[in-house]
Amino acid sequence: MKGLNAVVRWMIAFLLLVIGGAALAQGSIKLGELNSYKIFPAFLDPYKKGMELALEQTNAAGGVFGRNLEIVYRDDNGNPGDAVRAAEELLTREQVHFLLGTFASNVGLAIADLARQRKVLFIAAEPLTDKITWQNGNRYTFRLRPSTWMQTSMLVPDAAKLKKKRWAIVYPNYEYGQSATAAFKDLLKKSQPDVEFVTEQATPLGKIDSGAVVQALIDAKPDAIFSSLFGPDLSRFVRDGNTRGLFKNIAVFNLLGGEPEYLDALKDEAPTGWYVTGYPWYAINTPEHKKFLAAYQKRWKDYPRAGSVVGYATVLSAVAAMKKAGSLDSEKLVAAMEGLQLESPFGRITYRTLDHQATMGAYVGRTGVREGKGVMTTFSYGDGAKFQPSDAEVRKLRPAD
Amino acid sequence: MSSFVLQFLNGLTSASTLFMVAAGLSLIFGITRVLNFAHGSMYMLGIYLAYSAIGAFSVGGVLTPVAFWGGILCAAVLVGMVGALVELTVLRRVYRSPELFQLLATFGVVLLTKDLVLWFWGPEDLLGPRAPGLGGAVEILGSPFPEYDLFLIVVGPLILGLLWLLLHSTRWGLLIRAATQDREMAAALGINQKLLFTSTFALGAFLAGLGGALQIPREPAQHFLDFTVIVDAFVVVVVGGMGSIPGAFLAALLIGEVKALCIGIGEIGAFGFGISLPKLTLVVESLVMAAVLIFRPWGLMGRALAVLPDAGEARPLLARNTAATRMAGVAIVAALAITPAFANQYSLVLLVDILIFALFAASLHFLMGPSGMASFGHAAYFGLGAYAAALAFKQAGLPMEISILVGPLVAVLAALSFGWFCVRLSGVYLAMLTLAFAQITWSVIYQWDGFTGGSNGLVGVWPAPWLSGRISYFYLVLLLCGGAVLILRRIIFSPFGYALRACRDSPMRAAAIGINVSRFQWMAFLVAGGFAGLAGALFAFSKGSISPEVLAIGQSVDGLVMVLLGGVQTISGPLVGAAVFTWLQELVARHIDYWRALLGMIIIVIVVAFPHGIVGQLFSRNRAKE
Repeated sequence: MKGLNAVVRWMIAFLLLVIGGAALAQGSIKLGELNSYKIFPAFLDPYKKGMELALEQTNAAGGVFGRNLEIVYRDDNGNPGDAVRAAEELLTREQVHFLLGTFASNVGLAIADLARQRKVLFIAAEPLTDKITWQNGNRYTFRLRPSTWMQTSMLVPDAAKLKKKRWAIVYPNYEYGQSATAAFKDLLKKSQPDVEFVTEQATPLGKIDSGAVVQALIDAKPDAIFSSLFGPDLSRFVRDGNTRGLFKNIAVFNLLGGEPEYLDALKDEAPTGWYVTGYPWYAINTPEHKKFLAAYQKRWKDYPRAGSVVGYATVLSAVAAMKKAGSLDSEKLVAAMEGLQLESPFGRITYRTLDHQATMGAYVGRTGVREGKGVMTTFSYGDGAKFQPSDAEVRKLRPAD
Repeated sequence: MSSFVLQFLNGLTSASTLFMVAAGLSLIFGITRVLNFAHGSMYMLGIYLAYSAIGAFSVGGVLTPVAFWGGILCAAVLVGMVGALVELTVLRRVYRSPELFQLLATFGVVLLTKDLVLWFWGPEDLLGPRAPGLGGAVEILGSPFPEYDLFLIVVGPLILGLLWLLLHSTRWGLLIRAATQDREMAAALGINQKLLFTSTFALGAFLAGLGGALQIPREPAQHFLDFTVIVDAFVVVVVGGMGSIPGAFLAALLIGEVKALCIGIGEIGAFGFGISLPKLTLVVESLVMAAVLIFRPWGLMGRALAVLPDAGEARPLLARNTAATRMAGVAIVAALAITPAFANQYSLVLLVDILIFALFAASLHFLMGPSGMASFGHAAYFGLGAYAAALAFKQAGLPMEISILVGPLVAVLAALSFGWFCVRLSGVYLAMLTLAFAQITWSVIYQWDGFTGGSNGLVGVWPAPWLSGRISYFYLVLLLCGGAVLILRRIIFSPFGYALRACRDSPMRAAAIGINVSRFQWMAFLVAGGFAGLAGALFAFSKGSISPEVLAIGQSVDGLVMVLLGGVQTISGPLVGAAVFTWLQELVARHIDYWRALLGMIIIVIVVAFPHGIVGQLFSRNRAKE
């Protein structure tokens, strides 16, 4: 009797699965989005809001191919193992047409490789690692956000102009920080061969021992500092550096330092005169950005962060690709993504055929404090198309499809 | 010279901070023997609450000393109350569970707190104000040094002194010391244990909250704090000797100074190649812990722990198969074997995960259950198996079928060396040494960019074409994991398995009849490591990529949770635990945003409802009926 009960229960569960599967079959066009919403909420909350905004706008304008667009969100728990499982679930059970998202570089690379294996399009929104378009690049993967190399190279012209001789470097001790450091040293040496790197501090991610690190930098007596710290590490570094007078008369360059996600946390202690890449949403006067800003603030009663733009532009990219391909077939979508052009809040961007990197750029400028808040005071737009290695170099790095 | 002094002072500051968290943890462990995984969460709550309290007390946005210090104190007291609440509602119910089971309960609290904090305070980092009057710097040997850091340097020893006074000159302290030494005797003399436990928990949580709140001028409140703090706190407690407060202080000092020196010295060159000491900060705690435990098995100032006669029931003999359980086993395997005929593709993906984790949990259980050695670093073997297989496949170009076998082989080699050190210790010290080795392994893989792919890991680890379909890979995993679990089971009931249980239950008698106890335990490490390595290798090829997370602490904790959830005193428990945990996590993560809170609550409910683990409870019910 007991055994029979169990059998009946299993059968019901099975039936429900089948019915559920059938109900999902037609109707909207589904895209699968996976991200570490719970691990990096400061960045991904605004990101998701950007996505939703773009999604609502798309559907209000009639959707794609006259069908409603739908995004199925999955939390990847910040590790590649869970991410691959979630992606498999999106592809098989939810039957999404292609994949979007990811934040951490290792997760991005894992999903990129899954996309290659399963032959589906993947638009990597956030991961910064150069490898996703170069060493581990593949036919099915495209990346939106400017890479570590691109953002670093945007800072180099200003750094070279200063003609500072003694440089100290501090970076979070994982691939992003290592790549940024390597790229910076390499590029700066090319334009200023006599440069000297006096100390390098690699700090455990999220666990910087800021007092000791700041002291070590003071002792190295540098003329300038290149940092790729962000988040809590950056806050601690800035506060300790301010207290101990590290930044007096020293030029500081900080990758990503101007992104509201990281700058806002510092409030009135935000550094002044630092060279950063970031997103000064309050001062960008281009019509396409103004339009985006108004829509975002109207929808969310909040100001956009860098993540919002990335989320927004990711959905726009997906929509543009589908429209250009005129189909949901993977191969046709991939063909459409190559050389795809679209209007983002930062202006027109192109997905390069050469390495599948979008030319979306970042704003480069200097920081200051206004009304008790950190802002970028002077800045210019670093167009991603211009900050790239030569095509020949990229070809050498990227395996042929 | 001046920089050396300043770095020494920096070391003192971080030592004070470390000590405050570790002191509470050590106190709680000393009395209740609970490894309070939620201690880091209390620290995190402390810093968040302090941020809000200071904000609330600053009338009109003006920060006064009263608002600042009042806010900090208020936060610490609130955290103390939360600690008491956790003890009253959850832990009190599971003191008599098998050892380490309380860890599972506190793990549920960790998950719950994480999401509560996110829900209440939002996702952004919150940088608190500077301390009024202590916001600047004083000149020391020509270099500015933060006043607040000097203040912290004083606070650490001050708290040590106050705790010492509390323990040595109050009646409550007397009772605490009595209970630390002999809990049963204290109870027999009529000491109200419940009150003692609750108050200890409250004090421990208060100290954690205070430690967190005092960091408000130094670091932003953020969501990672619980995990970063808890591991460091455990290390300090173990290095100092569990339950020893002065030991914790010494250990904090040691770790704080070593870290500051690594950063201060920077690059050193010797024999033609340079070592970047700052990079070592990634694992300096683990290195110190391994070094101390190898030479001092009870930590710097610890003693052998009194055996707790009332902690958990005597272990039942593991039940051999009966006809009914054998039938059930065959039925489950048969059901699994025919799933591809009707289940959707995703079910197979999920089942592959479940089977792999079941093997991982079973291998950990082999160590924890029959061998009586808890491991907090079991992910090392899982991860090494995964990496070895992936590297054999990618770098050495071996075929996938061979690479899968390289995984367990390398894992066995690792177990051979780690186990040799670990079996000299026992209990939590042993468990923490396994964690140290796992962390050291992790950091090597994390840093070795050219070979292991560094933090990004390796991609393109896909099965051979004939196994690359979801169905064929599922059968491969079913065959290998099922076979491995059967072999493990066979080993448990072999003479070797009986000898291991003898070593666990009565090492002296086992030695007297000629069993080389540490040699047998060492061999248990090899068995457990090898099977974990096999699970890792299968995992790598099921995902197509591999990154350092597979041997990070999170993976080890997942393994522990699976084993404890199912019941450490049963053989099928870990399998059920792995299935339930993996399936639950997948399910709740898919359906609600605050999935960690829900998962945490489910775990807490399971803990309270099944204080012997799921399978353990079913068995003990059955026994009770008989």
